[in-house]
Amino acid sequence: MANDVVDHGRRRFLTATTAVVGGAGALCAAIPFIKSWEPSARAMNAGAPVLADISKVEAGQRLAIEWRGQPVWIINRTKALLDTLPLANDGLKDPKSEVDQQPKFAQNAARSLKPEWFVVVGICTHLGCSPAFVPDIKPEPFDPEWKGGFFCPCHKSRYDIAGRVFKGVPAPANLVVPPYKFIDDRHIMIGVNPEGAA
Amino acid sequence: MAKVLSSIGNWVNERAPNMMPMYRKHMTEYYAPKNFNFWYYFGSLAIVVLVNQILTGIFLTMFYKAGAATAFDSVEYIMRDVQWGWLIRYMHEVGASMFFIVVYLHMFRGLMYGSYKKPRELVWLLGMLIFLVLMAEGFMGYVLPWGNMSFWGAKVIISLFGAVPYIGDTLVQWIMGDFNPADATLNRFFALHVIALPLVLLLLVVLHIAALHEVGSNNPDGVEIKKKKDANGIPLDGIPFHPYYTVKDLFGVGFFLILCAFIIFFQPALGGWFLENDNFIPANNLVTPADIKPVWYFTPFYGILRMIPSKGLGVLALAASIAVLFLVPWLDRGAVKSIRYRGRGYKIALFSFVVVFVLLGAIGAGKTTEWIPQLFGAKADVTFIENLFGRALTLVYFGFFAFLWAYTYFGLEKTKPVPERVTTHE
Repeated sequence: MANDVVDHGRRRFLTATTAVVGGAGALCAAIPFIKSWEPSARAMNAGAPVLADISKVEAGQRLAIEWRGQPVWIINRTKALLDTLPLANDGLKDPKSEVDQQPKFAQNAARSLKPEWFVVVGICTHLGCSPAFVPDIKPEPFDPEWKGGFFCPCHKSRYDIAGRVFKGVPAPANLVVPPYKFIDDRHIMIGVNPEGAA
Repeated sequence: MAKVLSSIGNWVNERAPNMMPMYRKHMTEYYAPKNFNFWYYFGSLAIVVLVNQILTGIFLTMFYKAGAATAFDSVEYIMRDVQWGWLIRYMHEVGASMFFIVVYLHMFRGLMYGSYKKPRELVWLLGMLIFLVLMAEGFMGYVLPWGNMSFWGAKVIISLFGAVPYIGDTLVQWIMGDFNPADATLNRFFALHVIALPLVLLLLVVLHIAALHEVGSNNPDGVEIKKKKDANGIPLDGIPFHPYYTVKDLFGVGFFLILCAFIIFFQPALGGWFLENDNFIPANNLVTPADIKPVWYFTPFYGILRMIPSKGLGVLALAASIAVLFLVPWLDRGAVKSIRYRGRGYKIALFSFVVVFVLLGAIGAGKTTEWIPQLFGAKADVTFIENLFGRALTLVYFGFFAFLWAYTYFGLEKTKPVPERVTTHE
């Protein structure tokens, strides 16, 4: 090997191609490590969306199902109940749902996709009790001017019929609205956002 | 005996001839300016705390059980049943906060004496990287006991990544490995906290010191001692790091450890500042703490985040508030390093910056929501006043950096003459 002349072009080419191939290999090798951080099959199963049949829920009624270990309520609100929504605004902590307690699509007056159907996680934001569903617009022992909504028996937190918390109660925030979408007029899928919404 | 030792020494030296020169270069023949003052304690104190964190951390991992079902109980086990476990844990927990106190003062020293300026930009950049890794360490360490603030803090901080356009939600799930902070999240944070990040941290500390020793230490006068050397090539204003500064630093360490011991033994949670009350309750994804706030060392940045009404812009401002610190060596165009000879504008700006940093911390810690009703009466609109105040502070925070650039770029600074040698060279 008495070759004193170095072919620099050849050396550069070999260095560059080796670097490219090695880099590609390193990128491919990174994939399993990156993918390992994604939710595991067990986590995916435990957190899978849940389908609910709402065809038998009459106006004023509530359907309770379980999703990710939490009670999710699907409530068919009457016109009378929806009419109460603007009335309470002054007495609410977060009337416009500015705190991030719902998906973007539910950041509206009724906190829902379709005004009559209210989907909500039935857990008080104070200490995790399950509030009572008190839909009748009539004086109640805890509130003589009750307009329908949710009342938590543990520490007397009150929410209106859109799950918005009243001022002067211990709960800090509105009830959580989970992501959901309508499959058709009779079915709601809990746990996924509607197409094109976040 | 002496003969045996010296023959062992010779044996090693023959096989590793660079070890003694290396030791001399960094210790007995590293010439540091002779005018170091109080502010120069915090570099060595940071190393002391780092050693404490590693030592106590290793022992905590012997008893801690990562996992959503086991973590909280194992921490209680350490606190109640492990012999002296409470002390080891409190040393680690107080150490974390002391680390940030020391590092913040160390950074302030750098700003005050212009230690980030040419030729020490690399030292500053490596230091900033250490600060970033330290924040990740602090955050993940806080999640490990799996108390309720661990859980909700993790949830809030991880959900910040949801603000990234397009991939935000996927990114959040990827970090958590579930749909909520869960067992998977806790286990990966444990791995990062005890293996990955400490390795990175140690490497960065070595590089930080190596980069410093290449260019030499700055000093309170901001003069380059290497410009005036004696016949042997030793800086006239330099003294060997060992024994002079090792002894000085040991004095500082003694005082510092007394302070740490006082906190560890009498106020380990420091009134909820070092350990929040909600973290003495096990994690519960159904129960939100009344106010979720990070530990004190994150509160200034969290305050900035809270003051921006949009989530995306808030996260951007939060990232920018840290990123802008990396740029300080290039924002500051002034030739004079030390605050002793800089213009009045810089002194006022730096003072305001420190005040604003502390006040933003008060906002981030939720203190202003307590103070405003006391100051303005019970009927005051807390949110409005807080936003007004906090946004003004945020403006001043970023304004400091804009001012620093404009002040020096346009030559508005009236500096004093810098002495040839350090002022205490007699």
